[in-house]
Amino acid sequence: MEGQPVQPAPEETPRNTNPANVGLELFGYVGIEAVLDQMRIKTMKTGFEFNLMVVGQSGLGKSTMVNTLFKSKVSRKPTGPGYEEHIPKTVQLQSVTHIIEEKGVKMKLTVTDTPGFGDQINNENCWDPIIKYINEQYEKYLREEILISRKRKIPDTRVHSCVYFVPPTGHWLRPLDLEFMRRLSKIVNVVPVIAKADTLTLEERAEFKQRIQKDLKAHGISVYPQEDFDDNPDDRILNDKIRDKIPFAVVGADKEHQVNGKRVLGRKTKWGIIEVENPAHCEFPLLRDLLIRSHLQDLKDITHNVHYESYRVQRLNESNRLALSPVNGLLGKDEVESDL
Amino acid sequence: MASSEVARQLQNDNCRPLSLSGHVGFDSLPDQLVNKSVNQGFCFNILCIGETGIGKSTLIDTLFNTSFDDRVSTHFQPNVRLRAQTYELQESNVRLKLTIVNTVGFGDQINKEDSYQPIVDYIDAQFEAYLQEELKIKRSLYNYHDTRIHVCLYFISPTGHSLKTLDLLTMKNLDSKVNIIPVIAKADTISKTELQKFKIKLMSELVSNGVQIYQFPTDDETISKINATMNGHLPFAVVGSMEEMKIGNKMVKARQYPWGIVQVENENHCDFVKLREMLICTNMEDLREQTHARHYELYRRCKLEEMGFRDTGPENKPVSLQETYEAKRHEFFGELQRKEEEMRQMFVQRVKEKEAILKEAERELQAKFEHLKRLHQEERMKLEEKRKLLEDDMIAFNKRKAATELLQAQAFASTPSVSLKKDKDRKNFM
Repeated sequence: MEGQPVQPAPEETPRNTNPANVGLELFGYVGIEAVLDQMRIKTMKTGFEFNLMVVGQSGLGKSTMVNTLFKSKVSRKPTGPGYEEHIPKTVQLQSVTHIIEEKGVKMKLTVTDTPGFGDQINNENCWDPIIKYINEQYEKYLREEILISRKRKIPDTRVHSCVYFVPPTGHWLRPLDLEFMRRLSKIVNVVPVIAKADTLTLEERAEFKQRIQKDLKAHGISVYPQEDFDDNPDDRILNDKIRDKIPFAVVGADKEHQVNGKRVLGRKTKWGIIEVENPAHCEFPLLRDLLIRSHLQDLKDITHNVHYESYRVQRLNESNRLALSPVNGLLGKDEVESDL
Repeated sequence: MASSEVARQLQNDNCRPLSLSGHVGFDSLPDQLVNKSVNQGFCFNILCIGETGIGKSTLIDTLFNTSFDDRVSTHFQPNVRLRAQTYELQESNVRLKLTIVNTVGFGDQINKEDSYQPIVDYIDAQFEAYLQEELKIKRSLYNYHDTRIHVCLYFISPTGHSLKTLDLLTMKNLDSKVNIIPVIAKADTISKTELQKFKIKLMSELVSNGVQIYQFPTDDETISKINATMNGHLPFAVVGSMEEMKIGNKMVKARQYPWGIVQVENENHCDFVKLREMLICTNMEDLREQTHARHYELYRRCKLEEMGFRDTGPENKPVSLQETYEAKRHEFFGELQRKEEEMRQMFVQRVKEKEAILKEAERELQAKFEHLKRLHQEERMKLEEKRKLLEDDMIAFNKRKAATELLQAQAFASTPSVSLKKDKDRKNFM
């Protein structure tokens, strides 16, 4: 901070006298690894927060997908006959928050839906409300963080992951898809999925995926898991495998049916039952594993360490320039410089 | 129960609990978090305060079962210094970056007034470094090497009576900045009954003087019972030793005396095992969290308030840190500019003065030159006149000379008598 030079501690108290940290052998058991259990107990006590956003045109099965992911009625969409889905004139954002618990682990799950996205005739700038919402969450967190007396645990409403539903055309990504993903992959983790994948055969699915991957690469869109954030070679190998399969072809279902004597979640059609959790039928298990079982913490970390930090940098630099602008009645930067 | 507390708190935020109809899989979340932390490694920083020779280094060696730096300090330090050393330890898959800060020369001076100040300054400097990093625009907090002191082991001399004034003073100054765990060093010099009395006396002195030492947390039911009993055993009476002796059929760490062997890890002999249990196995994470959430936040709040930041502006409207920061920054720049202007004015002034002086000198010189020139001119004119006079004289003289010669010549040619008169006339006529 300008004008407040830090007085370093007197020369005799250097922070680190060893230029190279010495690695030492332990002669016996000390108990350092007990810190892992301590950490586990602490985090279970405080609970976790996860904020998910689903984006896509209406009718692609977003609500069903969320319900299938979390095996409960997260989004309550009435599905009875005679109900007409009201398509809003502009993109709206609706958030629902639930607390779910599994084996002692409590999670506060917030799902933000975006009805009206891509549904109008003229869809220009339909991503603006979404970008505004995401930035608002970052702004809220930033304001809490720079308070003098701040809370012990800052409530985290930042969007950790945005699942984008691509309609199963089988051809290429549409301009709307490209525009949206291009803009949003810069501020949030975007996970593209092919919705209603039961309309594509396996070969069509593979080709569609190839084309989408090529498209994404050609336009420089980096979706989750981003290549730049692989920490170590193990992560890279794991994430490369995932990147091969992006976007996942998913099918959502919240009804159970009887198959081979077991009750499974699936969609019943005249030509067979599509089992949602069968890896041979669709890639829903992969999506669920990615989002929840293996990479949830990673999604949160990247949101906090990368996206939030870049928002913060941008915001702080912006307000630096704002404070010196003539609009505020203070000396304009140009005026100041001309005096020199 | 802790879990219902969380549920109640979350419910207050208008969230509905939802029941799951199958296994979703986010119960692996704590494991995901732990794995990430294991990859990053942990930091733990211990500060040891105690007189020279009280057994600080030996105790740390014994605690971590390894031998750190061997240097023995002299008693003749002019003032208290802090020496920090960082080591990387690994146990199974946990990597620990341990920093041990020793006070060198504590309690050795004749005048101990300033003994605690270097320690307080050091702790503040670590907080300051973290605060600076946090306030930077481009920051990297997730791989920042955290050097804030997580626990302070205060070594009390085993006098058997009470706390020394220096101890009280130091602890009073540190209790709001760091987690203090007092230990009685070299506990093998006190007998059991004396030890009990000593402990009671120490604790009552600490309480009556309002010194806040670290209390092991009792809010989590898995460890609350053991922590509560341990809280009753504070301060721990410890003995440190890295020498091994054969007792029965095991090699144990012990100190051998002619009258017996003191076993370090025997709970009947000393509280070393309790200290290790509490410090490392049970509460390391809590110590780190308290440092960050309580001591660091307090430091940050005080520091920012000192610099003039407020959460609410003069009309009690919330003012963001950013605005105040900008206002201050603008003020500072204004100040800077004013100073620059001043200096520039002064410079211009000086230049003018110098110029004036030089001009003055030039003028004087010019005047002198003119004067000299005039003098010279006058001299010249005078000389000219004189010359002219002289020349005139010369011409006149020459004329007269010529005339007289002519007359003389004529006089010789005519009569002498007549000539005399005529000469005279002629002379008069001439």
